[in-house]
Amino acid sequence: MNYHSKLKSAVAALAIAIPFGFAGVANAQDTVNLRMTIWSANEAHLKLFNEIATGFSKDHPNVKLSYESLPFDTYTTALTTQIAGGNAPDMAWIFETAAYDFVNSGALYPLTDTLKATKGYNAEELSATAAERWTKDGKLYAYPFSTSPFAMFVNNDVIKAAGAKTPAELIAAGQWNWDNAIATASAVGQTGKGGLIVRDFNYQIWQNLASVWNGWGASPWSADGKTCTMTEKPMVDALTFIHDAIFKKKAIPGPGENVDFFAGNAAMTITQISRASLLPKDKPFAWDLVPLPKGPAGDYALIGQAGIGVMQAGKNAKTAAEFVAYMTNPENSAKLSQFFPSARKSLLNAEVLKKTNPLLSQEQIDKVVIGGIATGKVIPGHTGFAQIQQAVRSGLDAVWRPDADIAGTLQKICGQIGPLLKR
Amino acid sequence: MAVVQDHATREGCSSSPFWTIARRDSLAGFLFIAPQLIGIVIFVLIPLGLVFWYSLHEWNVLANTFTYTGARNYQMLIEDTNLLEVLGATGIFSAGLVVFNLSLALLLAVLLNQKLAGITIFRTLFFSPVVVSLVAWTIVWGFLLQKNGGINGMLQVFGIEGPNWLREETTAMISVIVVQVFKNVGLNMILFLAALQGVPNELYEAARIDGAPRFKQFRRITLPLISPTILLTSIITIVGSLQVFAQIAVLTQGGPGMSTTVLVYYLYQQAFQFHLFGYGSTLSILLFVIVAVLTFAQWQMRKRIVFYES
Repeated sequence: MNYHSKLKSAVAALAIAIPFGFAGVANAQDTVNLRMTIWSANEAHLKLFNEIATGFSKDHPNVKLSYESLPFDTYTTALTTQIAGGNAPDMAWIFETAAYDFVNSGALYPLTDTLKATKGYNAEELSATAAERWTKDGKLYAYPFSTSPFAMFVNNDVIKAAGAKTPAELIAAGQWNWDNAIATASAVGQTGKGGLIVRDFNYQIWQNLASVWNGWGASPWSADGKTCTMTEKPMVDALTFIHDAIFKKKAIPGPGENVDFFAGNAAMTITQISRASLLPKDKPFAWDLVPLPKGPAGDYALIGQAGIGVMQAGKNAKTAAEFVAYMTNPENSAKLSQFFPSARKSLLNAEVLKKTNPLLSQEQIDKVVIGGIATGKVIPGHTGFAQIQQAVRSGLDAVWRPDADIAGTLQKICGQIGPLLKR
Repeated sequence: MAVVQDHATREGCSSSPFWTIARRDSLAGFLFIAPQLIGIVIFVLIPLGLVFWYSLHEWNVLANTFTYTGARNYQMLIEDTNLLEVLGATGIFSAGLVVFNLSLALLLAVLLNQKLAGITIFRTLFFSPVVVSLVAWTIVWGFLLQKNGGINGMLQVFGIEGPNWLREETTAMISVIVVQVFKNVGLNMILFLAALQGVPNELYEAARIDGAPRFKQFRRITLPLISPTILLTSIITIVGSLQVFAQIAVLTQGGPGMSTTVLVYYLYQQAFQFHLFGYGSTLSILLFVIVAVLTFAQWQMRKRIVFYES
């Protein structure tokens, strides 16, 4: 081989090798790392999420997924701090209360086109009422993967020990209303145990009181969100009822009193059905799950939601949207519904729910879960919710006193949040 | 030849070398302080400049917009109806903290400035909260101060029904101050102890010979001689009191109402909870000005209150 031949061979070899070399570089560059912030650190949840991520990676070998658990209490603050610091996640869980802020701000990547383009996704079966808060101008900006009704868990042992009527007995007698529920809670409260606990309320997360005041038809603001309605009769009556239950009837533990229902120390608690996992296994008590009592305005239900959104600020928004489509397809939604009730109509039937919620009876599923999701209103939310939440929380502190002027306080609160609602 | 040599000598005298002893010393000095100086530039001066820059903008984190708004955030500051209440709470907290902390620290230092067997154990005991994690300390106190918590449980033993410490405006503020004082009093106590041990014994002996009672000795000898330490601790404590955050966040979240919403907590709410980073930065500038003015005022006062200064 002469010099020219050697040179030609070398050039040819390079010509063949260089594209491979670049392909290698290209492959390395194409690796997509997706990160989702979540507020759960539950092992069973994470195991399922990782299984779903592995499934997605089979078709997208260049995609690596990770989940970052942030503390529940400060979740939205931590998320927005990450965004402000230029470290936005690719996907994030979003509370229903913060939904308006995220959807209206343009922070989220629209999902509708990706979901519709995903084979077998069947986007039409997503309940329109469940998607309402997450939709803007006909486009879905976050997928409501969890639509969980509030219900009342009951400790029948404690109630019977206090000689009161259990909710099941009251339901059978057609007397399951708030007056009787509080009478039962009060009877238990007088024995030194806790009566009724609105879980997570803790005299701060006041929006959870919607699980009570919705029974009076009360709402903190008008349907269009522009006007404060806390001074209207339903809200004044509902808060007067709650106030009496706390300070006169001792039916609800007062401010600064910590009582845990799931440790067997209270008669009843209002919370989402997913909390059934907290029921004690070592020292079980006779528990029940019943719908929320009837209020003066009739029967009602309340639901809490959580959405998954794709951040516009992320570098791989399109791939992240594809992952959300995969995570929430019919097959994976069925898997997720064991922890997070789905808003897909095909999964809202007793047969599926019984499989995914083995702790609940058929009757509980029918009345509480299916009925709740079908008729429930979502917890109050608003654009700029954090600021409104703080103003109302701070104002309501004056209600949580034995000598409170409820109507006067609500007037002041409306004065505070009125300008915020109009923004 | 002699002329040339003379010329060269004169030239050498007139052009002194660049690296004089003074220059070399100052370079060495600057190199010694460089690590600290770089840290201050990166972590103090640049962020300070950025905060001022942010305060002139409206920064919507979610919408990813950063708009120049001039003095609008400062206008908002003037019109903020909550600000007076917040400054009031900050003032009460700072005043309460400084008075209680310094008095208790001085009292403990005087009590522990004895030559007794086992006194070191007590000194360690009172100092130990300083090294405990602030959040852990506050969480434990949070449990103790609940209505059905440990403090009221103890009071009940004596037949006293304790208040709902963290849910009533007055007791909530007192609780936050006390928790903070107990956490940090050890630090000031050690500083006072060191100062007390630096007071010459001969002065007390002379005073005793002159028949001065103990309290007069304390007022006329001890206090003047430890006055530089009093100035130091009061500056540290006041600046620290204006930066309190974790205790409020864990114990009261600024409530009941806004009674314990101090400036730093209010700033945190505006910036990180309400996403008003521009306005939050404006509040930071206000805090900076307050701290700077108070420190400057105290520094000026040293001429009157500190014994060593002329």
